[in-house]
Amino acid sequence: MLEIKNLHAKVDGKEILKGVDLTIRDGEIHALMGTNGAGKSTLSNVIVGNPKYEVTEGSITFNGKDMLAMTPEERSYEGVFMSFQLPVEIPGVSMTNFMRAAVNARREALGQEPLKATEFLKLIRDTQKLVDIDKKLVSRSVNEGFSGGEKKRNEIFQMAMLQPTFCILDETDSGLDVDALRVVAEGFNRLRTAQTSALVITHYQRLLDYIRPDFIHVLLDGKIVKTAGAELAKEIEDRGFDWIKE
Amino acid sequence: MSAEQSYISLYQANRECLMAASPEVMNTLRDEAIAMFAQRGFPSRKVEDYRYIDVQQAFEGKEQYSMPLPTLPLNSSKQGVITLNDASLLNRYYSKIADNEDAITALNTAFTHECICIHVGKNQILDHPIELTDTFTSDEDQMEHKRIMIVLDEGASAKIMLRYVANNKTHILTTQVVEVYVGDNARLELYELEETHTSCTRFNNVYMKVGRYANVKHNNITLFNGLTRNTIKATLVGEFSEITLNGCVMADKSQVVDNNTLIRHEVPNCTSRELYKYVVDEQAVGAFAGRVYVAEGAQKTVSEEVNQNICASSDARMYTQPMLEIYADDVKCSHGSTVGKLDEMALFYMRQRGIPLAEARMLLMQAFVGQVIDEIPIVPLRDRLHIMIEQRLKGELDKCVGCARCK
Ligand SMILES: Nc1ncnc2c1ncn2[C@@H]1O[C@H](COP(=O)(O)OP(=O)(O)O)[C@@H](O)[C@H]1O
Ligand SMILES: [Mg+2]
Repeated sequence: MLEIKNLHAKVDGKEILKGVDLTIRDGEIHALMGTNGAGKSTLSNVIVGNPKYEVTEGSITFNGKDMLAMTPEERSYEGVFMSFQLPVEIPGVSMTNFMRAAVNARREALGQEPLKATEFLKLIRDTQKLVDIDKKLVSRSVNEGFSGGEKKRNEIFQMAMLQPTFCILDETDSGLDVDALRVVAEGFNRLRTAQTSALVITHYQRLLDYIRPDFIHVLLDGKIVKTAGAELAKEIEDRGFDWIKE
Repeated sequence: MSAEQSYISLYQANRECLMAASPEVMNTLRDEAIAMFAQRGFPSRKVEDYRYIDVQQAFEGKEQYSMPLPTLPLNSSKQGVITLNDASLLNRYYSKIADNEDAITALNTAFTHECICIHVGKNQILDHPIELTDTFTSDEDQMEHKRIMIVLDEGASAKIMLRYVANNKTHILTTQVVEVYVGDNARLELYELEETHTSCTRFNNVYMKVGRYANVKHNNITLFNGLTRNTIKATLVGEFSEITLNGCVMADKSQVVDNNTLIRHEVPNCTSRELYKYVVDEQAVGAFAGRVYVAEGAQKTVSEEVNQNICASSDARMYTQPMLEIYADDVKCSHGSTVGKLDEMALFYMRQRGIPLAEARMLLMQAFVGQVIDEIPIVPLRDRLHIMIEQRLKGELDKCVGCARCK
């Protein structure tokens, strides 16, 4: 599905990623851990094509296609979705208009007719129930005045609306209490199919109890320095990262 | 010949004809007005109130445009509260608050021969809004000098929309003077909606005088234009009144929109609010100068002025100049202005969800100016304006379809 080779990237002229290699196959869940500032969000942003980040070397292929040649929109149509570490507030743009634009742009890119108003509203209603998000949130401006937990839940709601095949969860669990964490994680699990793969960025074992990773990678100073199975999360939670650096 | 001289000559050539057809009160002021114009000339950019546009250039050479002239003495015809050249109203109010020291107003007073009068009598409440649409359809380049008078007697209430529409590609130069008298306890919602054309040059001077316990809302919306200058001067002469001056501007191509407002608090206990939002894109130029004047003794004045702008391209320019001039000590006044770009984080967030960049930009612009529209109390108008703004951004407004200039 996703193949990253020798990826180097800069932001504001500073090199953050210093040669990342990562392969994620269909249906696999990969967790990414690492200290603050290691470059985890940078890697996510580069994968989804944030223009603030400049790729200086390396390649990303997605289902055999050169992802670096695609716009962020095109990557989205390929099935890539990122749950933002900091979801953006967009005052004055209603969730409904935002979702309609997103859903219909995607349908158009895939050669499908836009949804009729009634079909769209039904999709919103059904999805709302599926991820257990408050109706009121959906009628407000995008993320405006949402609490931290509501924003994360809204990310999962959008994911459910767009049905991606590759999801990046960038610290979607941070700042959530145990109950909210469970809702978000279960929401994600409900959306998964056998083909869905994901890159899950987290600092905590507890999320990985719900979303069982096939592999755990440790990113330190712009490089993946260790890859192991699910058991690594527990060890990192107990011992931190210092022992890996040596 | 200087630009001024050519308009003076034009006046002399048409004076007889104008005089023959117009109400007396208009005629008595003509010579005076043109003399004032001759003395003052078009304001240069050095004149504080006209820093942001080149007025002389806007008028230069356009004296050759055809100018509709009256053919018969115009009888006043009455349609409900609307009358053309209502003699008794004109005698009481004509040019009483319009300021002929302003060159544009002086020129208008010299040339105009028709005044649309809207008179809402004492305690009369108009249930339905009035919409006056001024459609520029001339096949040749044309100059027009329009005059409107709105009088709300004590306790009257009205909602009035002045719409300016142009579809042709011909050049149009208009001056317009609007005099608005709002009596004690009266309520007025006045909307101006401009959806003209890149080949239109409009100078619009609005003068308002507001009595006691009155409530005035002015909404000034420019969706499409060439060069526009709106001067809005409101004077609060009765206590406990409230005035709102709101506006929004969408400008791209090489459109120019200059809004210059003045709110004068002459008496205590009044409230004024102002919210103007601009989106300037491509090579457009926006200017906003908003002055709030609080006279000595106008205690307990509350005034809040906000001007927020987005320069959506690196070539677009925005000038903003909020001004407070306060001669009373017990007042609560604030003003603020911002000029920013479209939020890049928001743009990227939308693109990640698959919304194409152009549409994402559009949604942000629409949301930004939409805040002004959301304050409009007439729900169907608010909905219509939201749709019009969306169409405007999508290039679907009439004038953008198949029009050579907009391509
Ligand atoms: N948009 C940005 N602008 C400037 N610097 C950034 C930006 N994003 C990340 N950085 C910098 O890149 C480094 C890595 O950040 P990030 O990828 O967010 O780390 P992590 O997600 O692993 O905590 C940090 O030094 C951070 O300051
Ligand atoms: Mg991060």
